[in-house]
Amino acid sequence: MSIEETQNFPTFQDSDSIEYPKNEKEVSNFIRKFYKSNIPIELVGSGSKKKIGKPLQCSKTLNLSKLNGIVEYLPEELYIKIKASTSIKQIEEELKKNKQQLAFEPIDFGYLLNGKSDYGTAAGQVACNISGPRRFKVGSVRDHVLGFRGVNGKGEIIKSGGVVVKNVTGYDLSKLICGSYGTLVALTEITFKVLPAPEESKTLIIHNQKIESATHLLEKAISSSNDISGAIFLPKEPEVPGCVMNIEKTFKLNDLKHEGSITAIRIEGSKNSINQRIKNLINELKIINFNISILETHQSEIFWNKVKSLEFFSFSKNSILRIVIPPSECVKLIYQLSNKYKYYLDWGGALMWMEAFELSEEMFESIRKKVVKLGGYVTMIKNSDYLPHVEEVFTINRDRFNVSQNIKKSFDPKRILNPGKMYTGI
Amino acid sequence: MTKLTMPKIDRKLISKKTDVVANLKKIIRTENILDHEDQTRPFETDALSAYKQKPLVVVFPENTKEVSKILAYCNQERIKVVPRGAGTGLSGGALPLADSILLCLSKFNKIINIDYKNRCVVAQPGVTNLSITQAVEDRGFYYAPDPSSQIACSIGGNVAENSGGVHSLKYGTTTNNLLGVQVVFIDGTIIRFGGKTYDSEGYDLLGLITGSEGLLCVITEVTVKILTKPQAVKAALIGFSTIEDGGRCVSDIIASGIIPAGMEMMDKALIHATDNFVKAGYPRDAESMLIVELDGTENEVDELIERVSKIAKKNKSSSIKISKNEKQRLKFWAGRKAAFPACGDMAPDYYCMDGTIPRGKLAEVLKEIGRLSKKYNLPVANAFHAGDGNLHPLIMYDANEKNSLEKTEKFGADILKCCVKVGGVLTGEHGVGVEKRELMCEMFSNNDIQQQIKIKKALDASSLLNPGKVYPILRKCAEEGRVHVHRGNTKFPDIPRF
Repeated sequence: MSIEETQNFPTFQDSDSIEYPKNEKEVSNFIRKFYKSNIPIELVGSGSKKKIGKPLQCSKTLNLSKLNGIVEYLPEELYIKIKASTSIKQIEEELKKNKQQLAFEPIDFGYLLNGKSDYGTAAGQVACNISGPRRFKVGSVRDHVLGFRGVNGKGEIIKSGGVVVKNVTGYDLSKLICGSYGTLVALTEITFKVLPAPEESKTLIIHNQKIESATHLLEKAISSSNDISGAIFLPKEPEVPGCVMNIEKTFKLNDLKHEGSITAIRIEGSKNSINQRIKNLINELKIINFNISILETHQSEIFWNKVKSLEFFSFSKNSILRIVIPPSECVKLIYQLSNKYKYYLDWGGALMWMEAFELSEEMFESIRKKVVKLGGYVTMIKNSDYLPHVEEVFTINRDRFNVSQNIKKSFDPKRILNPGKMYTGI
Repeated sequence: MTKLTMPKIDRKLISKKTDVVANLKKIIRTENILDHEDQTRPFETDALSAYKQKPLVVVFPENTKEVSKILAYCNQERIKVVPRGAGTGLSGGALPLADSILLCLSKFNKIINIDYKNRCVVAQPGVTNLSITQAVEDRGFYYAPDPSSQIACSIGGNVAENSGGVHSLKYGTTTNNLLGVQVVFIDGTIIRFGGKTYDSEGYDLLGLITGSEGLLCVITEVTVKILTKPQAVKAALIGFSTIEDGGRCVSDIIASGIIPAGMEMMDKALIHATDNFVKAGYPRDAESMLIVELDGTENEVDELIERVSKIAKKNKSSSIKISKNEKQRLKFWAGRKAAFPACGDMAPDYYCMDGTIPRGKLAEVLKEIGRLSKKYNLPVANAFHAGDGNLHPLIMYDANEKNSLEKTEKFGADILKCCVKVGGVLTGEHGVGVEKRELMCEMFSNNDIQQQIKIKKALDASSLLNPGKVYPILRKCAEEGRVHVHRGNTKFPDIPRF
């Protein structure tokens, strides 16, 4: 067992410490009881993202996995209402029957955190608010949650939002619970906005670009009227000790050449429209004489699935960071960090996933400083054996912390829901 | 004017008005303070003009520091503050209180930074919605949310109300197009949420503030994302001989996997009213009419238009017209956008409602509105953002008839209750304000409302920012007023609505 697993293992709990409520009422009763007796609790769905955030020291676990199942799915109304711990896989399978999808592209953290595919539950996706490559076009998880029901830290059942996209009735708490890592409410029911799945998808790959020209091409492509839905840059892995060279192995696709870096642009829609847009892009980006290849629908889908599941980091024993910055600053940041990292750029340069070798706490803080200075933030998604614990996993400043602490108190006055998962004191 | 219960007036404060003004003069320039009754009168209402109340003082800060100092002063002296953008809100969100300082952000009227590399615009909150698009359109960009009042409404007000527009289904409302804000809390703290990045880490305070109707903080800077204009846009005008056929067509279009840029529906009463008004060439024999707008690449739009036409025919459409050019497309929209003034022509007074329903419930809800119309003996015309389910019934009445306003209000409340009953919500884009606050318990349980009030208290412990709005004061579901227009005399008659 690695250090991080030991850290996350609920050593403080006896065998009776895990409760499995079967419905919302029971969730409410349990939390009410824990509230009265001041017992901090860890909220767990399927546990697929348990390792993100700080490890908890709670005497009780509320396992919400029994709250699963589709409550209502109305394809023509573009929403699906599900019990919070319904697996993403089940939701996606159901949507697929009607050629629909969760457009924010749920991320599969399974490869990264546990070595095999595991999308986890709806509540897990909402709690983390981390979205896939299509984010810059369609928004993130928070833009697709129409409403929710849940239980706050006093055991009170609350709801917000509804099943419609246009709704300004009261504060938009659906946004607030996205990315709150279970520190505000135990989610019991979620309504997602769903959208038609694109008929087809193709990927235009430009080979062997340097980061400067790659990000320039991606920026031009996003700013064009060709409505692209994916824009990544995957440089060649650095030849440094500790780096597992597995990009080539991960992306074994017949039509994909491995000649230097990969700059990939995804185009989705109807067949005619895709072909016209690819033609436009090649003209507008002036890449007709570049080394390019095109992945047709099937290979294109595999390619982007592998991107969003971070499969090329799956054997990593190192720290994995997620950095979000204004796209214009990403080249600057790469320069500042030198070449000691394996990384890839998503969202046209606005998102960077990075594997850092032998990262120390000081180095992590120094990266954070640089990122914040450029207007972004960094999250330690996975700790390494080398650096099993960091003081602050997420990025926050004093003023935002104070506001967040007040918000936390308004939901969970005794700090019993996932205390300290995000920040010390919240 | 109907009676409205507002928070208890602090008479002691009103008697100290001279001191308050003197203290404000230490913070901002004298010419930026209006305290004489004649000066404050123009600010006594927003676009929900049924309610009027002059504030104690009106202030026009020029920068964030001044806002911060004013709020800190008000917090210290326990003075209520009502923030105001352009005053075009339809739910009374900027209605002043007699003992409040009305904080106008109209001097915050500059675009600070246009950043094409990061595809965003940083603007002060008083900048109008439309001027953001105008600032970037020469480079082929635009700002997507387009409330009909976009020539006058401010971007800060859009954030406070989470404004929508006719393209919300495909492009989202303000909250989906906002990257960052700078705000000031009641204690004077200046904070930024978000920035030029996608999403921010930690609690989504940006999302919380959007649509909070000025109850949590004052917005002093806004960063919005801008999009590239689509290559082609076309609209189809489709008539139906029954409402049900039109409603089914809407559902079938969505179910077929098409997300139109805009999809608007009007009933017969409104087709006639608007066609009389602007001669848009609407099918006057139709019981309902759809405008379906599609955008994308040239051949994609042609393909989609063909698919929509087929679906319309399957649903027994009585007529289909496709826009041949930009001029004709805008003509199609001209009637729809003139719905308000057109109704002003039909009756001395009207009230505009704003509920959202699941699209599939349209026929059911319209039937119920028809029944209520008979019950209350008041005619009604219906406009419907069919794409996103946002329904705007316009109730026509004559305020000179005894009790007619009261009757209209009851009718309106019954419509909103019906929206909630079929799974919809009280307000899609106009906000709760003072208008619908007593109806909140139709949609929310006491726990739900208490949780929201706790958030308010967490950020504004003494409830000084925009009190009396959004949450029920009467603690019962009383019926209150809606958007009231007498003989077409809206507060800003030249601004298109909804």
